[in-house]
Amino acid sequence: MSKVLFASISKKFVMALAGLFLLTFLPVHLIINLMLLKSDPASFNEAAHFMATFPPVKIFEVVLIASILIHVTYGIYLQISNWLVRPVGYVSGNKSETSFFSRFMIWTGATVLTFLVLHFFNFYFVKLGLVDGDPEDFYSMAHNLFKIPAYNYIYLSCFILLGFHLFHAFSSAFQTLGLNHRIWTPVVKKVALFYAILIPAGFGLISVTLWLFR
Amino acid sequence: MKLTLKIWRQKNAQVKGNFETYRMDNVSPEMAFLEMLDSLNKRLVEEDKDPVAFDHDCREGICGSCGMYINGHPHGPVPAITTCHLSMRFFKDGETVWIEPWRAKPFPVIKDLIVDRSAFDKIQIAGGYISVNTGSAPEANNILVPKNVSDEAFNSAICIGCGACVAACKNASAMLFVSARISQFALLPQGRIEAKARVRAMVDKMDEVGFGSCSNTGACEAECPKQIKLTNIARMNREFYKAF
Repeated sequence: MSKVLFASISKKFVMALAGLFLLTFLPVHLIINLMLLKSDPASFNEAAHFMATFPPVKIFEVVLIASILIHVTYGIYLQISNWLVRPVGYVSGNKSETSFFSRFMIWTGATVLTFLVLHFFNFYFVKLGLVDGDPEDFYSMAHNLFKIPAYNYIYLSCFILLGFHLFHAFSSAFQTLGLNHRIWTPVVKKVALFYAILIPAGFGLISVTLWLFR
Repeated sequence: MKLTLKIWRQKNAQVKGNFETYRMDNVSPEMAFLEMLDSLNKRLVEEDKDPVAFDHDCREGICGSCGMYINGHPHGPVPAITTCHLSMRFFKDGETVWIEPWRAKPFPVIKDLIVDRSAFDKIQIAGGYISVNTGSAPEANNILVPKNVSDEAFNSAICIGCGACVAACKNASAMLFVSARISQFALLPQGRIEAKARVRAMVDKMDEVGFGSCSNTGACEAECPKQIKLTNIARMNREFYKAF
């Protein structure tokens, strides 16, 4: 049984499941963040309060944090293992035709993880009481952050890279789960493209609007 | 035409290798790539030098022996052919051609461009077979197989085990090879009997001999001389999940 749990396919399976769960969370987060565009802070703060206190969401939160940890840990472990399998590289490089964004998953993932740490310090750790701030007024905290140009540059850059990561991750997860189909796989790839543009564009819209037009 | 060859030379697995440069004049565009290497070796022998060691056997694109990494591609820059089918007309006069062995820890260099691919044999031995009594061939129509299914199984079975998938993959993953071997049996009724044990044993051996894991880049499919499809890897994953 231990062989099954530690098989390369099993690790990819767990990583894909965790990744797919994270994919379901992003639209939820985006919908809540879109309330930042309203001039009245009440609805955003109420939504943030609901997400922080409603018991079923608390379970969702535990699964979410576990998914992030599993996805990141397995991602780093598998990448290092893969690098070690080719101790001597090719002088003439690798010119094989591949899915472009798949080559940089570890780097786009590392960028998103770095942003996530910053994001946790700005909001999640405030909610947990580990960092100073008002957990009942995330609206003002977010608006204040988006007034800082450097924060917007970092935010927008990270979301563009998140889009690159999502584009490959979405269809790759289906392939890893064994779901490759003559008709449905091209559809999944189109949905992946739509998703990978929509999510960063939505978050980017909030950043640009609050930075330049408020 | 004139070519500059940069060829990896390595006496054995214990010593470090390096690239040697060879100038080739009068290379005919009609030559096959291996014939070009033969002519280089003839010259080296005449000069009392050690010829370049490279694997080759059938020279018909069937045996999978002639694996070498040419200008950033396994089997060279032309898709869907083995090195022995690579014609020199695909190279330009004055071009520099880099020739390297497959690079992967489970494929250690034996000499120059020859690597030890017995890791593939170990995976095959682990489960790439069906257990049947020997004797005369059974009646072909005893077990009916739909044409589209037998075609798909055949498309997996044409894998020649050359190792180009491992060479092309940035993770040196052998999943295209292993999945083709699993698929050729999994698709047919004769292969279903031992399907669970087979996938467990072959995946276990694949991990044990030290190949990397798949990150679905598609380089293996793009470089496979027999155009084995990524759908095989998805099927292997499904078979693996079903086996427990």
